[in-house]
Amino acid sequence: MSSASAPLSARQIARRRRGRALRRTWAEFRRHRSGVVGLVVLTAFVLMAVFASLLVDPEGLEVTKATGGVLEGPSGQFPLGTDDNGRSVLTLLIYGARISLFVGLLATAISMVIGTLMGLMSGFFEGWPSAILFRVTEWFLVIPFLPLALVLASVLGRSLWNIALVIGVTSWPGTALLIRSQTLSIKERPYLDRARVLGAGRWHLMSRHILPNVMPMVLANTTLTVAIAILTETTLSFLGLGDPTRVSWGSMLEDAFTVGAMTTGAWWFIVPPGVCVVLVVLAFTLVGQSLEEIFNPRLRRR
Amino acid sequence: MSAREAEPTPHSTPGSSPATSPGERPQSRAFLEARGVVVEFATRSGSVARALDGVDLAVAPGEIVAVVGESGSGKTTLARTLMGLERPVAGEVSVGDRPMPRSTRAMRTFRRKVQMVLQDASGSLNPRQTVYESVAEGIRLHRLADARSGTAEADLVAKALSDAGLRPPQPLYLRYPHELSGGQRQRVLIAGALAVRPDLIIADEPVSSLDASIRGELLALLLRLRDELGLGVLVITHDLGLAWNIADRIAVMYLGRVVEQGPTEQVLEHPRHPYTQALLSVVPEIDRLEPQVLRGEIPDPTRIPPGCRFHPRCPALAEGESERAGVADACRGVPLPVLPADDRHAAACHLDAVRHAPGTPAS
Ligand SMILES: Nc1ncnc2c1ncn2[C@@H]1O[C@H](COP(=O)(O)OP(=O)(O)O)[C@@H](O)[C@H]1O
Ligand code: SF4
Ligand SMILES: [Mg+2]
Repeated sequence: MSSASAPLSARQIARRRRGRALRRTWAEFRRHRSGVVGLVVLTAFVLMAVFASLLVDPEGLEVTKATGGVLEGPSGQFPLGTDDNGRSVLTLLIYGARISLFVGLLATAISMVIGTLMGLMSGFFEGWPSAILFRVTEWFLVIPFLPLALVLASVLGRSLWNIALVIGVTSWPGTALLIRSQTLSIKERPYLDRARVLGAGRWHLMSRHILPNVMPMVLANTTLTVAIAILTETTLSFLGLGDPTRVSWGSMLEDAFTVGAMTTGAWWFIVPPGVCVVLVVLAFTLVGQSLEEIFNPRLRRR
Repeated sequence: MSAREAEPTPHSTPGSSPATSPGERPQSRAFLEARGVVVEFATRSGSVARALDGVDLAVAPGEIVAVVGESGSGKTTLARTLMGLERPVAGEVSVGDRPMPRSTRAMRTFRRKVQMVLQDASGSLNPRQTVYESVAEGIRLHRLADARSGTAEADLVAKALSDAGLRPPQPLYLRYPHELSGGQRQRVLIAGALAVRPDLIIADEPVSSLDASIRGELLALLLRLRDELGLGVLVITHDLGLAWNIADRIAVMYLGRVVEQGPTEQVLEHPRHPYTQALLSVVPEIDRLEPQVLRGEIPDPTRIPPGCRFHPRCPALAEGESERAGVADACRGVPLPVLPADDRHAAACHLDAVRHAPGTPAS
């Protein structure tokens, strides 16, 4: 009876299972109104970034092809006015979304990989290897973040990749601590003993049992980290450490301040990028908090 | 071994503890064997709990051995130690005459041959794995599936599940542990262990959460696998009736020691240790014995009583039987030897030693 009625291959089964889990999470997510609002806002920004070239002409970014006057107020031709070079602020804003989101996501990816690995290993291993990893994490946690980022950014040079790298290597300790504490609690579960009895080695235990059980937490944490990374990108660009050849929301704010948009009352150059940063950060935070509530049973019980 | 040497006792066999005594069943070469195993745990208060205090136990291929005893007597710790999940501080576990492997690779080979069904059925399944994945895990770890020879993974999983009494298996494939009943979880665990096709299976209270019909079916399966494939079984249970039905040999544990052991019929029909007698007296099917409810609780393994570890609760001592036999002082002060794991019926008891002294006919 075994072979005749077993038409499902292992892969089909895995796919079905994943589909089921995903649908269940989605159903639960939809019940969190703030998370849904955040997701809608995020989707809008992502679509805007991806289809930027359909929305506005990329030539509008070039200083030499600027058509407007210096710091012109909003008009029919320039809905959000112009910058100090006569470029449309709307064009800059839309293309700036690309850079800000890209740097934020890349930095988060770097931070997540480092944080997850460090947390997993310092929680799973015992004795001095774990102690060393834990010390390193603590050390990165206590050194003041902005000065370190400033030093690294100025040493590495001003490029998009470097900015992401700097944010990534300075923002992982929080993730590492979270993953570590999760790993420590999962390590004691009886199903790890069962896997050991079945013949599993360390790698199998970590990749098949611990990681899948901490992964939801990583995911929730990721969205929160993206928010921080985008904010940091803005800060670093505002301090003049961003990529000088690209327009991001942070670099727009920096420009606005250097040309004195604040004192001349050119609010259209300051408010839009500022609002965009706040909106995106808020949206990521809302989504992250909802995910955390779904995946962290301790929060859910409340 | 040091545990045994630490206690000079009148009955100890110095130097060695042969698994088989000469002349008796020379073919019963132990497959998995514990010798003088001591396992300790540090407690929160800082004292040391001796969960196992010198245990000899052996299982031969094709043999079914039952370990019985009250909760807290160290049965689970013994099973975990035999499986290499706990490291003994003294004594050793050997696998087919070799010491328990230490390297990851050798350990994997060992676990291909010896499997265990853990006691906690609800916590032993990964909540994020489906039934299929849980059962397939061992098959994948040991690369047992081979589609060309007609043993595709799904076939092996289906077979293991239906062997464990989950028929038809397919509807369960995508279930998660929290969607199963306690009995189903227990059977998924058993299926996962069977799927590896071990030579020996250690089952810690495998049927305690199952109803009678499934229990009978599983025990029949174990007996069949033993007969067909020579599967050895070490079954831990507090159900003496179960032990009676399937075991060839029984070891009775109390507070970290085997206090009586031997062939099942001899131990259960002529129990020699007052502890075994008390356990048997409350089994409903046996009404030969006056029901005896043991006084008090099993002591804390951080403070093992001196002399015979059972003496604070021993009915024979309390009722003056030991006094009349002249061993009451020994009960309170003279430690008893570790019982060797062989086919002879033996009990670690001073009273029994006088009654079964050489010259007196055995029961
Ligand atoms: N991991 C552990 N830490 C501390 N004490 C333990 C641990 N495991 C078992 N013990 C103690 O060892 C003794 C024997 O336990 P166990 O082997 O589970 O007995 P049984 O399975 O016969 O009920 C108990 O007193 C228990 O409290
Ligand atoms: S040695 Fe004494 S106290 Fe211990 S079981 Fe035998 S009779 Fe009872
Ligand atoms: Mg137990």
